[in-house]
Amino acid sequence: MLFWQVIKVALRGIMANKTRSFLTMLGIIIGVGAIIAMLSIGEGAKRQVTQSIQRFGTNLLRVSPGAARIGHVRTGAVETLTRKDTQAIREKIPQIRLVAPSVRNMAQVKYANKNATTSVTGTTPEFTDVNSFPVAAGHFFNKTDVKVMRKVVALGTTVKQELFGEGVAIGKYIKLNGVNFMVIAIMESKGQSSWRDPDNQVFIPVTTSQKRLFKRDSIDAIYVQVESVENINEVKESIERLLRRRHRIPDGVESDFHIRDYTEFVTALREIGQTFTILLGGIAAVSLLVGGIGVMNIMLVSVTERTREIGIRMAVGARRRDILRQFLIEALVMTLLGGITGIAVGGAISYGISYFGKWETVVTPFSIFLAFFFSLLVGVVFGIYPARKASFMDPIEALRYE
Amino acid sequence: MIEVNDLKKTYSIGKIEVHALRGITLKIRKGEFMAIMGPSGSGKSTLMNILGCLDRPTEGSYTLDQVHLDNLGDDELASIRNRKIGFVFQTFNLLSRNTALENVELPLLYAGFTDTKNTALKTLEDVGLAGRVNHRPNELSGGERQRVAIARAIVLNPSLILADEPTGNLDSGTGNEILKLFEWLNEKGTTVVIVTHEREIAMKCRRTVYTRDGLIQRDSAAEN
Repeated sequence: MLFWQVIKVALRGIMANKTRSFLTMLGIIIGVGAIIAMLSIGEGAKRQVTQSIQRFGTNLLRVSPGAARIGHVRTGAVETLTRKDTQAIREKIPQIRLVAPSVRNMAQVKYANKNATTSVTGTTPEFTDVNSFPVAAGHFFNKTDVKVMRKVVALGTTVKQELFGEGVAIGKYIKLNGVNFMVIAIMESKGQSSWRDPDNQVFIPVTTSQKRLFKRDSIDAIYVQVESVENINEVKESIERLLRRRHRIPDGVESDFHIRDYTEFVTALREIGQTFTILLGGIAAVSLLVGGIGVMNIMLVSVTERTREIGIRMAVGARRRDILRQFLIEALVMTLLGGITGIAVGGAISYGISYFGKWETVVTPFSIFLAFFFSLLVGVVFGIYPARKASFMDPIEALRYE
Repeated sequence: MIEVNDLKKTYSIGKIEVHALRGITLKIRKGEFMAIMGPSGSGKSTLMNILGCLDRPTEGSYTLDQVHLDNLGDDELASIRNRKIGFVFQTFNLLSRNTALENVELPLLYAGFTDTKNTALKTLEDVGLAGRVNHRPNELSGGERQRVAIARAIVLNPSLILADEPTGNLDSGTGNEILKLFEWLNEKGTTVVIVTHEREIAMKCRRTVYTRDGLIQRDSAAEN
């Protein structure tokens, strides 16, 4: 029998019970749709990581106090880095372009009757370049501001919105933990790219932060921009050696700081994204599996119902393999139709997620291929048993079946 | 043309053994028009199933057109049913979702023909259904359904037509028309074997074989 005739027979079988076939296909549609949607979420997350690499730049190093811990987990307050370390790095290590310290504290910000809690980053003018965090309006503080511990502040957009709304902020005075600061700049919005909103912070000179506001000598991070990505490891080692010497750490003892480059950070994020994708994909795959069981169930019912048809076909000369092929193709056509519809539904869902949920989603050709392949696989795996059952029927019994 | 020798068929239902056929020896020549009669349980259906290659005997041999069928596999038997045997059933056994034309095309498709439509149309014309080819079985009368079934049985020019109570579900007028169709087929040289318990039908056949308790009780050919 020609292939298209087999397809025609299969389609007729499916059309004979439209509601039942549709409900069966619904299982596959949901399964495949879920796979497409979930993978698109995972893929979107991966894209965002890639974009944030481009935003940060991969020639950035970050020196933090405390020994290296996976996933930024630190126990207790570790205060081993100082501004002197920053100066030493700036003076002694060649091949670096810029260095900026960072001191972070939480503080109450207040303007008129509005107040909010935000993160206060004490740093130096290099910070904006090092972290690619440009100023939108006004001027970031300069070296003199740092030297004389001026009480000036640059606001992130979230803080600016909270305190001033659409009004003018530059030139106004706000209170940080009760101390007056003049607003001199508004930062550009970075957009929320992870769990922390980078726009919900304010920047003040590092000296002001340490001496006037929080009375704390240690710093939380040193950002180092390397001249070129190629010698990033070399620079990393130089900094490591320099700081170990400065902190008098004997050989064989773990450093009391750690240096992270963003490639490492990005790799970690990517791995999280990967795990996330596998997990979501796995859950989706389970629903496809359930859909496949539905197909098998209906095919078994169909085989029983059509016992007589099978008998007739055998009587007029159908071989066992003709019957096997007929029912297998019927299951396949059903799962493939479900699969194609599921791909469309999944595409629509992922579009909906990115449109309404503001979460980037990407449907890749690979995920379409994967979903298509899996629906085919489900068709074969769950179609073969009913089809075999049909093909092994005894023609006499089948013809007698009422 | 058909030669069966000492056919035996034993079923076991649980622990009980049922001897459906106890040793049937029969020769049917090409072009014969034969009836098999007998009370229910006499083994005539079993005999027909074996002659039709739907079933295998427990013992004995079967030769059809000089081919020994005793050691053939399922696929080969399917091919013989397809090419050499045409079945006509009491309950018609048409595919209800398919049109008359598609029902008649079925054996051609399994035989591997690609242009099936013209042959099937021609055969439907032969049985007098030229105007009903696109009707489904439930849109046809009993007689018309049986004609479709006959068209399906003869579309590949089989050497043997096996009809199991072909008029059992029809009124006598329609039944006679169907019988005329068999006579016409027989005149063209096809061997026709009808299983029936109606004497009038058997009377129209040139030879009648009576079965009882799994044996041939009487064979009209032997008496002449």
